[in-house]
Amino acid sequence: MDALRLRAREAKRLLVDGEISAAELAKVYLDQIDRVERKVKAYVRLTPDNTAKYSTKVDREMQAMRGPLAGLPIAIKDNMVTEGVTTTCASKILHNYMPVYTATAVRQVWDDHVVMLGKTNMDEFAMGSSTENSAFHPTHNPWDLSTVPGGSSGGSAAAVAAGEALWALGSDTGGSIRQPAALCGIVGMKPTYGAVSRYGLIAFASSLDQIGPLTRSVYDCALLLQHIVGRDRNDATSVQLPEPVALPAAERLEGVRVGIPQEYLAAGIEPGVRARFDETVALVEQLGGTCVEVSLPHTEYALPAYYIIAPAEASANLARFDGVRYGYRCADPADILDMYERTRGEGFGPEVKRRIMIGTYALSAGYYDAYYGRAQRVRTLVRDDFARAFGAVDLIASPTSPTVAFKAGSRVDDPLAMYMSDICTIPANLAGLPAVSIPCGLSDGLPVGFQLIGPAFSENLILDAAHALEAAIGFDAVPTFRDSGTAAPAGWCPEGAITYHPEDAQS
Amino acid sequence: MTEHWEPVIGLEMHVELDTRTKMFCGCEVTKGDEPNLHTCPVCLAHPGALPVVNQRAIEYAARIALALDCTVRPRSIFHRKNYFYPDLPKAYQISQYDQPLATDGSFEYWAGGEQLRCRINRVHMEEDAAKLVHAGGETGRIAGSDYSMVDFNRGGTPLIEIVTEPDIPSPEAAREFLQQLRNLVVELGVSECNMEEGQVRWDANVSVRPVGSAELGTRTELKNMNSFRYLQQALDAEIPRQVAILEAGDTIAQETLHFDPDTGTTTPLRSKEEAHDYRYFPEPDLVPVLVEQAWVDELRATQPELPAARVERFIEQYGLSRADALVLGSSRGLAEYYETVVGLGVGAKPAANWVMGEYLAHLNAAGLEAGHGHVTAERLAKLVKLVSAGTVSTSAAKEVFAVMVAERAEPEDVVEQRGLGQISDTAALAAAVAQVVADSPAQVEQYRAGKQQVLGYLVGQVMKTTGGRANPQLVNELLRRALDR
Repeated sequence: MDALRLRAREAKRLLVDGEISAAELAKVYLDQIDRVERKVKAYVRLTPDNTAKYSTKVDREMQAMRGPLAGLPIAIKDNMVTEGVTTTCASKILHNYMPVYTATAVRQVWDDHVVMLGKTNMDEFAMGSSTENSAFHPTHNPWDLSTVPGGSSGGSAAAVAAGEALWALGSDTGGSIRQPAALCGIVGMKPTYGAVSRYGLIAFASSLDQIGPLTRSVYDCALLLQHIVGRDRNDATSVQLPEPVALPAAERLEGVRVGIPQEYLAAGIEPGVRARFDETVALVEQLGGTCVEVSLPHTEYALPAYYIIAPAEASANLARFDGVRYGYRCADPADILDMYERTRGEGFGPEVKRRIMIGTYALSAGYYDAYYGRAQRVRTLVRDDFARAFGAVDLIASPTSPTVAFKAGSRVDDPLAMYMSDICTIPANLAGLPAVSIPCGLSDGLPVGFQLIGPAFSENLILDAAHALEAAIGFDAVPTFRDSGTAAPAGWCPEGAITYHPEDAQS
Repeated sequence: MTEHWEPVIGLEMHVELDTRTKMFCGCEVTKGDEPNLHTCPVCLAHPGALPVVNQRAIEYAARIALALDCTVRPRSIFHRKNYFYPDLPKAYQISQYDQPLATDGSFEYWAGGEQLRCRINRVHMEEDAAKLVHAGGETGRIAGSDYSMVDFNRGGTPLIEIVTEPDIPSPEAAREFLQQLRNLVVELGVSECNMEEGQVRWDANVSVRPVGSAELGTRTELKNMNSFRYLQQALDAEIPRQVAILEAGDTIAQETLHFDPDTGTTTPLRSKEEAHDYRYFPEPDLVPVLVEQAWVDELRATQPELPAARVERFIEQYGLSRADALVLGSSRGLAEYYETVVGLGVGAKPAANWVMGEYLAHLNAAGLEAGHGHVTAERLAKLVKLVSAGTVSTSAAKEVFAVMVAERAEPEDVVEQRGLGQISDTAALAAAVAQVVADSPAQVEQYRAGKQQVLGYLVGQVMKTTGGRANPQLVNELLRRALDR
């Protein structure tokens, strides 16, 4: 069993045909974790007891538990709360936080009897594009351990790419699923805003956050997506998709019009990425689709607008971490103000503080209209750009990330360079649109991602197109775990924070 | 206050609604339970938890808005109001800001025998904070305490805020306004407005200006009062303070004040410079509240009778004076009591006299709400009927009422046990009349000579001999019969 290549679709067939047990399947991943986790560091918390116990239970009760996902091992990004298993957001401020409930999306897959392997690393509070902002440790890209896996769902992406999980859940606020999926050579999808409940997803930017799948194929992506979508009465912004998610089968793109936004290609795309992108566009035509230029004229304002709106929402969302009820509290506070200041001063990392300050400033009296108000107007313009474009085309294609995986440490001191990583992914979040990234080849031995964006609720169209392209691309490379040098700096590591977790979470 | 100045008062009233569950989660709204019993990830602001709007709270708020003649807006949104305090677990309060549920209403109320009108700026929804208990220290406040405890049972209780325009002309009018507004809210059945439990709280904004001026002066804000009396006292203290400052040629500082009922003075809580920047922005976790006209129409059609309408009805239906109708009709408790008494066959006028007289005096003396006194409407009706039937005299009936209060007794039992019944037995009275006639030859002579007024004296004598229990009409009749013979 090759953990690097096995897909959920095959794994499910093996389980159903009785060729492998759920326990044996789980063991495939536990063994791979034993082999490579010390190099990749994709997880902040492994739950091997849970994995073993629950997969055995699935085997024992196979009749009762023969759901479509039963026994398929999954990794969960550590910003989705899991009752009984600490959930940290890769932050010191939540290093000891034990949730009292389980996120709706996680509950849905648990109810379908997937087997949880553990919680994956991320940029602290999902703020970052490299998973270097984790308070615990950085995650390494299995294609080249000296490069980043992308972020903020870098742990989930690296775990899937490295064969440490069959598939994973991540969250995407400005590209946090698609960009790491691209950099790790896997499939990642951000659904339409509202398609997946955010209840239990620790909020970064509420109007942008969406949970989505990270998988090894487009089919797997659709399969997992099927089981996490739906209206949730605990999330007022959640909606029922107008049609159910279908498992993709398309092989051709006949009649599909794909728009290529010129503004995205102007945004400093690396030549190697551009080459893979152009080849993939050519494949679209070969498959019977048509490619046309489209214009999304407000693209250049999307990034600045995002870096007002997301920090503004974050500044309020992260205010609850005050040391009063749970999580980290500073030692011996003199009074309430001292407790707030030191708890938050000591508990948050530099990028989180930077964004809280930006957001607080942008919402301040006298600045609101100039910053937050204007950013919201830009958001409307970005949305209008897409609406206009989708009058002429069915889907929009672009590179997912302007570059392949970059060296660890190369952008940590240059926030703007780091923010540019998401230039092609952020507009879809601002407009609430679904988008997928699929691998479209290698550049200098590192994966390149191809992004398809569709109108709201066009998940099935996107998945069908991505499925046809995936087959045509025929990407079959796997990571090598090579290390081309340059170690990443060590993060803050609380005692016992990255240990194996004894709780029996799922039963 | 000199007569050159007039105050301008605007009020804000916060009311906790009596919904079954909290504003944004399914936890029960309760009073007096064990601390932190009614909590969940949402109202404790655990990571990842999201608010969901309580529809019943919107209905209640809309009912208040309609009763205040506000426009219920087809679309309103929630905002986050950001500040750090341990009673606010999210460190922001979900509230409404520039797009509230309802705007532009008015409320007519009576003060000093005059009907006044106050414009209502807005009615909006928000959530209440948790309750803090500070241990140790001397002030009972967070500063200087040894440690503090938070009870989240109250946290997240639906709260509505009613904001007036600065239309209120005096502290007395402010008190009347709030009392009548509270009655209105109670009437709607959306909140008990229990003041001891802090279910209703007020802020007052006050400024003064030269009489006749159209401009508003600089205002100060009196925060978080929950007694009508203190509110009036606070305004009575604050207005002369402002006048004195202005007359000395100084300017009023815009600040938030605290009223100390013990000293009767106002002291600054924080100045405008120290005012919070709440950094309001639209709550991204909630969708806009969309209100359909059909729903508003349905609410309007099912509104209970409101105090102002009931006062008019009392005048019309029972022939009461406006003053009496205002006393009896302004609050639901007393109105229901009165109408129960009338409904049991008591005349509207005597019922009004008894309810406003003895019954209200009893409530005031005992500090009870109407309907919670010691004399039920049924018993009062029986008593008034005993009076009308001549079984008990009016003066004896007051005595009976006092016993009914003290012993929670039926009026007939009191009358019987205490021998307070009126003597209407002709045979029994005939003897007393004969005795008085025999004992008063001079007066009898005068009467027979045509001096009719003497009859009053003779009646009095009979009453005297019967201990006041004789039926005066009957005595009158018997005396005439004896004398005219």
